[in-house]
Amino acid sequence: MREEITRRARAAKDKTPAYGNDVDLNAFAQQVPAREKITSLAELSQGVKERALGVGVDASMKDRSGSFFQHDQSVVFSASTIEGLELMDINDALKKYEWLEEYFFKVVQPDQDKFTAYGAMHPFSGYFIRALPGAKIVFPLQACMYIGREGMIQNVHNILIAEEGSELHVITGCTTDTHVQKGLHIGVTEFYVKDNAKLTYTMVHNWGPDVVVRPRSATRLGKNAVYMSNYVSMTKVRDVQMYPSCVMEGENGVARFNTVVYAPPESHLDLGGKAILKAKGCKAEIIARTIAKDGGYVASRGLIQGDAPGVKAHLECRGLLLGKGGVIYAVPELIGSLPGVDLSHEAAVGKIAEEEIQYLMARGVDADTATALIVRGFLDVDVRGLPPQLQAEMKRTIALGEKSMM
Amino acid sequence: MLSIEHLSVEVDDKRILNDVNMKINEGETHALFGPNGSGKSSLLFTIAGVPRYKVTAGKIYYKNKDITDAPMDERAKLGIGILFQHPPVIRGVKLRDMVRISLESRGRKVTDADINELAKKLNLENFLDRDANLGFSGGEIKRSELLQLLGQRPDFVMLDEPDSGVDLVNIGLVGRTINELLEKEKKIIERTKSGLIITHFGNILDFVKADRAYVMMKGHVLCQGNSVELLEDIRKNGYGECMACAKR
Ligand SMILES: Nc1ncnc2c1ncn2[C@@H]1O[C@H](COP(=O)(O)OP(=O)(O)OP(=O)(O)O)[C@@H](O)[C@H]1O
Ligand SMILES: [Mg+2]
Repeated sequence: MREEITRRARAAKDKTPAYGNDVDLNAFAQQVPAREKITSLAELSQGVKERALGVGVDASMKDRSGSFFQHDQSVVFSASTIEGLELMDINDALKKYEWLEEYFFKVVQPDQDKFTAYGAMHPFSGYFIRALPGAKIVFPLQACMYIGREGMIQNVHNILIAEEGSELHVITGCTTDTHVQKGLHIGVTEFYVKDNAKLTYTMVHNWGPDVVVRPRSATRLGKNAVYMSNYVSMTKVRDVQMYPSCVMEGENGVARFNTVVYAPPESHLDLGGKAILKAKGCKAEIIARTIAKDGGYVASRGLIQGDAPGVKAHLECRGLLLGKGGVIYAVPELIGSLPGVDLSHEAAVGKIAEEEIQYLMARGVDADTATALIVRGFLDVDVRGLPPQLQAEMKRTIALGEKSMM
Repeated sequence: MLSIEHLSVEVDDKRILNDVNMKINEGETHALFGPNGSGKSSLLFTIAGVPRYKVTAGKIYYKNKDITDAPMDERAKLGIGILFQHPPVIRGVKLRDMVRISLESRGRKVTDADINELAKKLNLENFLDRDANLGFSGGEIKRSELLQLLGQRPDFVMLDEPDSGVDLVNIGLVGRTINELLEKEKKIIERTKSGLIITHFGNILDFVKADRAYVMMKGHVLCQGNSVELLEDIRKNGYGECMACAKR
């Protein structure tokens, strides 16, 4: 099986990605020295702790069901504190569980493009997270992908499994050392949400200004299963492209993608979400709130495909342009293959209407405060279903971003 | 309280107000009538300071201060409030936020409890966490606007058709709230608030007494007088009579 994966990857090693800018993989360091393991996140240096906290990974590990820390290419810490929750280095997991091969490069294809190909052909690290059948894990699990070395490639492969009837909430924070400008993060993440299970996945990015980021993730959803994916990035990052998908194979599955991003000048973000509704009664929502300021660029994509009767899905891309010279490219796509589908989309790109600012000013706030309030409202997506800690985490990250915009 | 002298206003180089004069004393409430498109809302926007409404001649004095060029937020802070005829929908900004900024604009410290209590007065507790004006019915919009004004407590209250689209039960609530805003319960001499009310049919004037009224036509204030008499005249004879009226 592995040979097959490698063979396909090799054939795709120069395959141009379908979206986003091409990247020269040779411009980055492929080999980096290993990092020492630690016995607690408390052992991280103060600087690293602060950066991690900035993306929702709390070194105190308070109110967390487990913690995982990948420093450069080394998993330095990994521990679950809850029964029913497995969390370990993906390489250990692949050794421990032979059956895990069935989940490896299954929803993400090794020959999707040069990035997945690179991922498949090179040593990788990452996490294996699994909620055992029926386990309801209310506290979030936190994982940090940390780049501490200038110019390196961080090659990640994660697998998450929510077994039947389980509930799991994960926050992944991705960040760099303050001195790191440049780097490349390739992250293959495969999600399996089984029947009657619920998985929420919140990803917060705070990369160095010249980092290039290529997550490649996909989800397979079972019957009555719920998947919610949240993505927040509010700081300058050179280039991010991702287009995660969710294939909804069981009846009455629910998928929701929320994207909240801010592209400051010199940031290029090409993002989206895909939902393929293949079974009766599935529901999906893809919501994006994007802001581009001055020279910032955001492509906000979304695709909904309805292939079963009684499915309902909605796509919403709202983009706000602040300042001058920013670009937001909204690309909503709907594909209905049966008369019984109900698919809709809404897209709007523009600057804040004068009329709205004036309405607030008539109540006694100045133009800047009015703008800030409207921006905050714009970014306020509904994250019901997330545990309160993660809701607070998203709000906090977004609020920090708002400050930097004004 | 408010005095408007020879005011002319343009929007996009189009003249919409012509040599308007008006004087509203402390404690007085005036009514403004006129056909659709005559410039009533434009006058209110100009007093509120909406930048699109360019003053090309004349002055606006408020509390003896020339505010002709003052920014909107400054006017609000000075105590000028407006009930919008067609307020915009602001996604993500909740009615609660609007009430909060209204309360804070006059230097108040605000708690959620204060906001809830105010909202209760207008039966809007369940609307506080909805996006401002999104999907509000005609009558709900009026109440939501009044709720914000209750927070703001303006000294000069401008009401753009507070009675349009309001049902027979709610009109009483709207009327009571406006009377509260205008301190109508106090003796005339003790009132410190003044108002300017736009109305087409005058329903609101059954609840809120106006001291004086104007008729506006094509950007001109054509005549002024007793509000009841003017309204009766318009009801009977339409606006045509105003055109010919000797009082102009
Ligand atoms: N922002 C604007 N842009 C363009 N034209 C405007 C604008 N505001 C007002 N006008 C024009 O000025 C004129 C007066 O409009 P205004 O809204 O003041 O009328 P009104 O008396 O309030 O009417 P109604 O009774 O229908 O509310 C109209 O012809 C209107 O189209
Ligand atoms: Mg009007």
